[in-house]
Amino acid sequence: MRYRTTIAGQVFAFDDLKHVMAMASPARSGDYLAEIGAATAQQRMAARHVLAETPLKQFLTEALIPYESDNITRLIIDSHDAQAFAPVSHLTVGDFRNWLLSEQATTEALTALAPGLTPEMVAAVSKLMRNQDLVSVAKKCSVVTRFRDTIGLPGHLAVRLQPNHPTDDLRGVAASTLDGLLYGAGDAVIGLNPVSDSMQVLGRLLHMLDEVIQRFEIPTQSCVLTHVTNTLKLAEAGAPVDLVFQSIAGTEKANLSFGVTPELLAEAHAAALALNRGTVGNNVMYFETGQGSALSANANFGVDQQTCEVRAYALARRYEPLLINTVVGFIGPEYLYDGKQIIRAGLEDHCCGKLLGLPIGCDICYTNHAEADQDDMDNLLVLLGTAGINFIMGIPGADDVMLNYQSTSFHDALFLRQTLGLKRAPEFEAWLQRMQITDAAGQLAPPSANRLLADMSGLAALGQ
Amino acid sequence: MSSNAPVTPNPWAEWRSATPARLALGRAGAGMPTDETLRFGWAHAMARDAIHAALDVDALEAALRAQHWDVARARSRAEDRTTYLRRPDLGRQLDPVDAQRLRVGVSRDCDVCLVIGDGLSSLAVARHAAPMLAALRAQLPPETRFSPVVIATQARVALADEVGELFGAALSVMLIGERPGLSSPDSLGIYLTHSPKRGRHDAERNCISNVRPEGLPCEAAAFKLAWLMRESLRRGLTGVGLKDESDLAVLEPGRPAPPLPG
Repeated sequence: MRYRTTIAGQVFAFDDLKHVMAMASPARSGDYLAEIGAATAQQRMAARHVLAETPLKQFLTEALIPYESDNITRLIIDSHDAQAFAPVSHLTVGDFRNWLLSEQATTEALTALAPGLTPEMVAAVSKLMRNQDLVSVAKKCSVVTRFRDTIGLPGHLAVRLQPNHPTDDLRGVAASTLDGLLYGAGDAVIGLNPVSDSMQVLGRLLHMLDEVIQRFEIPTQSCVLTHVTNTLKLAEAGAPVDLVFQSIAGTEKANLSFGVTPELLAEAHAAALALNRGTVGNNVMYFETGQGSALSANANFGVDQQTCEVRAYALARRYEPLLINTVVGFIGPEYLYDGKQIIRAGLEDHCCGKLLGLPIGCDICYTNHAEADQDDMDNLLVLLGTAGINFIMGIPGADDVMLNYQSTSFHDALFLRQTLGLKRAPEFEAWLQRMQITDAAGQLAPPSANRLLADMSGLAALGQ
Repeated sequence: MSSNAPVTPNPWAEWRSATPARLALGRAGAGMPTDETLRFGWAHAMARDAIHAALDVDALEAALRAQHWDVARARSRAEDRTTYLRRPDLGRQLDPVDAQRLRVGVSRDCDVCLVIGDGLSSLAVARHAAPMLAALRAQLPPETRFSPVVIATQARVALADEVGELFGAALSVMLIGERPGLSSPDSLGIYLTHSPKRGRHDAERNCISNVRPEGLPCEAAAFKLAWLMRESLRRGLTGVGLKDESDLAVLEPGRPAPPLPG
C-alpha cells in the first residue's frame, strides 16, 4: 500500500507503513545511519500527517517486518488480544493520541487496554506526541511487580544499585554495595555487570551478594547480569539465583546475535520460577534493551530504531518481568547523538513500555563521546520522575568504573525523592528504618545511629 | 572549601581503597558536595578533550622513527570528528586517495601489518602507542617482517582490515584509542585480525583492552599480544576460535615469564 498526502500544494508519498514510521520519527542519528530518516523537516511533518490518519487496525494487517520471516512479528500478531483492543479499534493513530490524553484514558482503562496494543501502534502514537504528552500518558499507567519487595506503586521510585568493579574484586563490589545501601538505594535490585564470564567468578559474585542480602535480611533481590545460558548453568549448580537477566532486542535476527530465542527465555523463566526464591511475588525476569541494538546487529530491516526498541518490549512482556531497563544513552552518538536525542528516546521508551504493560525503568546515561553531560541527565531524571518511572540506576558518584559511562548516582535518587516526594518500595523502606539508615520520614539519618554501619566487623568479612 | 559544616561526611571513607568507584562522597543535603562536583567535572573535561583532541601525528611519527620503524600516514573517509562520531561506516574505510598511495608505495610481502588509529582517545595513542610497539618488537623474532606502521586518523577498528588487505599481510594489529571513561581517559585497545580483508566481523578478531599503566601495562600487553600472534599464525585464525591462554604459557618451562600487571 502506498501512503500519500498533500500539504500546501506539495505531494508527499511513502512506499509503505515502515517508511511512514521511520520518517515520522524525531531526527535521530541512528535512523540517518540506517539511511531511513526524513530528508527534510517538511517530509517529517508530512509523514506525521499520514500517520495521524492511519487506522490503528492497519498495524494488524501490514507488518513492518514480515510475519513469515520474523518470530517477534509472529509473537506480536499471534498474542494480540482483540477483545482488549476493542475500545480503541475504530481509532486512527491521531485519534488514539487524543484518547490517551483525555480523561477517558484512566489508569484502569490503560491497564485493560495493554494486551490489545501492539508495539507498532504504541511506537506510532508516540511519534505524534510531544515530550509533555509522553510524560502525562506514562504517568497514568501503573505497572506493579513483586519479588521480595513491591516495585512500581504510584508515588514510589525504586533504584537498581549497580556496584560494578573493573576486575570483579569481591571487596570492591561489597564496598560499592554497602555505600548504596547506606544511601538508601537498592530496592529494585542489587545488579552487577561482571567483567568475567568465568562460571567460578560469577558464582562467587552471586554468593557474595546473596550473603549481604541474607545477613542483613534485606527485602531486595540480586542479579549478576550475564548471558541467560550462564545463569541457567549457575542455577543448576546451586548458585543463589534470584532473577534471570538477559539483553533482548526487537527482531529475531538481533536476538540471535545476542544468542537468545523466545524458547530459551521461556525455559529460563520456568527454571527461575521453580527456584521459588521470591517472598512477596513471582516476577523473576530482568531484561535490558536500548534503541539502536537492532541496527548495530545489522538486523533492523529498514525499521526505525524506536519501533525496533518497542518490539523488544512485546517479547519481554511474555515473561512477566520484575524489571525492564532501557539503557538509553549507552550505545553512543551514532545512534543517539546528544542530550536532546537521549532525553527524547528515554521518554519514548518509558511511555511505550508502560503502555504495553511493562515495569520499565531507565538507565539515564551517556558516554563521553556523546554531546551530553550531567545537566542532560538531570533533565531526563526530573522528567522521568514526573512521568512515574518504576526505577532508575544508582551508581557511586554516577561514574561506572567498569563500563566507562556516566549514569545516575545514589545522590540523584535522593534528590528526586526529595524534590518530587517519591517513596521507596514499602518493604525496603521499612527495612531502612529498622536499620536506622533512614528516619520515619524516609530521610537519611545521621550515620551515628546506623545499625548497618555499626556492624563493621560483619562488613569487614564480606567478600573475603 | 573553607568550611565543610553543611556537608555530611561518610564515616566509611576507608572503603575507597577497595575500589576506584566514587563512594563515600558525603552529601550536601541530597546533593553532591562541591569538591566532588568539581572532581567529576574535571574528569569529564579530560575525557571530552581526549575525544576531541586531534592526534599529533608529527610527534608520533618522530617517536616511531626514533625506534627505526618505517611510517606511513592515512585518513579514513570520515572527514572530521563530527562525521566520524555519526558515521562509523566511514571511519572503517580508507580515504580513496590514501588507499591508492599506500597501494602504490608498498611491497606486499609482510607478515604483520601495524596500524595505529586515533579512535576515541588520541591521548591513549600519544602516550602508549610507541612504547607498546617497542615492547612488542622485543617479544617477536627478529626476522618478523612488518609493514610500515600506518598512522590513521578518524579511524575505527575495521580500518586495519583494508590496510592489511592492501599489504597482503597475514595478520593485522590495530592499536586504537578506546572510548574514555572518567577514570581512564587514555586506554589503548589492541585488535588482532588474521587474514585481514574488508568485511571481517568483530567475532573474527581478538582484543586486548585497557592498555595503560594503571590497567594492563605495555610489557604485559605485549606478552599477551605476541602469544596471540604466534598462536594465530600457527592455527590460521583469530576471533572466537582463539582463546587467550597466554596466562598458561608462563607455566611452561623455557619461556620467559611476563611482567605481572599492576
